[in-house]
Amino acid sequence: MDFLKDPVTFLANQLVLWLTGLGLPEGVVRFLSFSIGAAILATSSLLFVIFLIWFERKLIGRVQDRLGPNRLGPFGLFQPFADMLKIFTKEYVTPSGVDPVPYNLAPVLAVSSVMAIWAVIPFANTIYGVDLDVGVVFVLAVGGLAQLGIILAGWGSNNKYALLGGFRALAQLLSYEIPMVITLLIPVMLAGTLSLTGMVTAQDVPFVAVAPLAALIFFIANLAEVSRAPFDLPEADSEIVAGFNIEYSGLKFGFFYVAEFLHGFTSALLFATVFLGGWRGPLAEEIPILGFIYFAIKTSLVYLTILLVDATVPRFRIDQLLNFSWKLLTPLALALLVAMALVDRAMVGMGVESIWIRLPVFLALNAGLFAAGAYFLDRARRRAPRPVVSGGPRPVARPENFTMQPK
Amino acid sequence: MLEQWMYIGIFMVVAMMLPSIAIIIAGLLSPRRPNPIKNSTYECGIETVGPGWPQFRVQYYIFGLVFLIFDVETVFLFPWAVAYNRLGLFAAVEAALFIAILAGGLIYAWKKGALRWL
Amino acid sequence: MTSLQIVFLIIAAVTLASAVMVVTARRLMHAALWLILTLLGVAAVFATLQANFFAVVQVLVYIGAIAILIIFAIMMTREVMSVTGPRLNRGWGWAAAAAAGGLAGLVAVLSTWQGFQTVLEPLPSGSVGVGALGEAFLDPNRFAVPFEVASVLLVAAMVGAIYIAVDRKVVEEQ
Repeated sequence: MDFLKDPVTFLANQLVLWLTGLGLPEGVVRFLSFSIGAAILATSSLLFVIFLIWFERKLIGRVQDRLGPNRLGPFGLFQPFADMLKIFTKEYVTPSGVDPVPYNLAPVLAVSSVMAIWAVIPFANTIYGVDLDVGVVFVLAVGGLAQLGIILAGWGSNNKYALLGGFRALAQLLSYEIPMVITLLIPVMLAGTLSLTGMVTAQDVPFVAVAPLAALIFFIANLAEVSRAPFDLPEADSEIVAGFNIEYSGLKFGFFYVAEFLHGFTSALLFATVFLGGWRGPLAEEIPILGFIYFAIKTSLVYLTILLVDATVPRFRIDQLLNFSWKLLTPLALALLVAMALVDRAMVGMGVESIWIRLPVFLALNAGLFAAGAYFLDRARRRAPRPVVSGGPRPVARPENFTMQPK
Repeated sequence: MLEQWMYIGIFMVVAMMLPSIAIIIAGLLSPRRPNPIKNSTYECGIETVGPGWPQFRVQYYIFGLVFLIFDVETVFLFPWAVAYNRLGLFAAVEAALFIAILAGGLIYAWKKGALRWL
Repeated sequence: MTSLQIVFLIIAAVTLASAVMVVTARRLMHAALWLILTLLGVAAVFATLQANFFAVVQVLVYIGAIAILIIFAIMMTREVMSVTGPRLNRGWGWAAAAAAGGLAGLVAVLSTWQGFQTVLEPLPSGSVGVGALGEAFLDPNRFAVPFEVASVLLVAAMVGAIYIAVDRKVVEEQ
């Protein structure tokens, strides 16, 4: 029965008992059990990407009125395995004049920086890698390592377009990190802790209900951090050849691809943890596996939203993208943070402690700031200069415009 | 607390090793037939002019700088946000002042045109 | 020797070696990349000291922001990839002597300090480090004024750098 309720803790305890039974000292047992736990978590995150690739191809196919992969196995489920086998046997074309260490380190860093986030995410009441007391800042810090991977790729490739793409990607990531961090401060403020586990425990009311605007800004900024449409400039193949990963091939390119898919899903994990209450739900504390299922459902909903946004909207231009972050999201996030802190403390000072009385005030505050943001966005849109098309009529690809007419 | 870092250290090592091993194995499995044209820099078939490491505009630096300022700001705000529940209205006013001063900096950058992509 | 000491020695060796590489690397960009490794080593030292918040902030600010700013700055220079001049100038002997003397002095002073001999005790569980830091920041009797002055300092840095860096003619033309 214990096994069914909480298989991970059960197996971990069994492992520790078995290792201690072998007569190993306590420190070695701990080291070994940590290593095995870390290896299992890291490997499962990588293997999970195979499923993510299949799911995204299938979903995007449906959105675009296609079938998606459907030949290999049921519902094309074996297609990613075939792709994986193929990419394993592809040649590494290393362009001449690369800077070897940065060039080869970049794909590894791109994947491992995303995987590191999995170490601190609480998957259920008792199922998590580590309960780091500064988990939120850790997640942001390893994001810095991902940016480093992009720089190394752009720099190491000895290609102008790779470098340009890398720098543009970096400008985007930097710009959207600010609203993301500021909106993360609101859950930290409400929960009073930087630990992700503590944050889930504090969410008697999911924070998305307390601060919906913060959740929205965080979601948008996260889309930009994982470079999904409309923020997919880092791999704008129609503008800068392909971005920072042009010169990579074979599995080295594959790992950039893996990192991108994993990052998208990890951002959904993070959103579900911070704003949707993580594993919280009825009976989740008694039966951890149930909490895991709640968490999986919440995460899947967020991930589905990310994919549907990705599939439907067109791409931003780079100046629009930067303006959107610096001139709308950042001021809005700052205003929301200040307003919520002041109003909340004023109410507590007046003796209103109950969350149920404070909640409507928070919601009104969020709605008011959202309206203000929408107003300024609309005003900026109306004031923006129209693109000037000068010169005469342009040639259109119609049959009568070709100099060589078909006979 | 050191246990936490031990786990993270192990996890980071594993996370770096898994992709590295996979890349090395794939390198052993895959063919290797380089030639000068295949190994030339890819620019959609056009030959590269000049070095691959061009000089960049100051624009990127300005964005990086404004980002750095706000990043350091959030480092100051994280301890405030953690202690927030234990502090009164006065602390919230202090933090609001802190943010307002930085918002002034953002407005300066905006009005000076530093946030405009040229 | 405890396992923590071995870990510390490895981290210290990596940090020092990459710091040496920063000043001896022949290309500016490689020096910047070595600097990043040095900063990571410092973050790891913070982690072994159980200063969790400083460890992650070290990575967040120094690698996530300052190192990237340095790389942007390097990319603005001319001939990024070329080897720039001799690495030693005529005064290197004096500089080496001064550095060695300084190190010897530091070791001499620190060897008399009692704190070297004390064994690091694990922090009592339940002490909320970051929260205590926040309370100290905002207590008017402690660091409230420096906290606000930090904000002014940050804005001053931003205004100054923008004033120097933004080319007014180009902005007005647009």
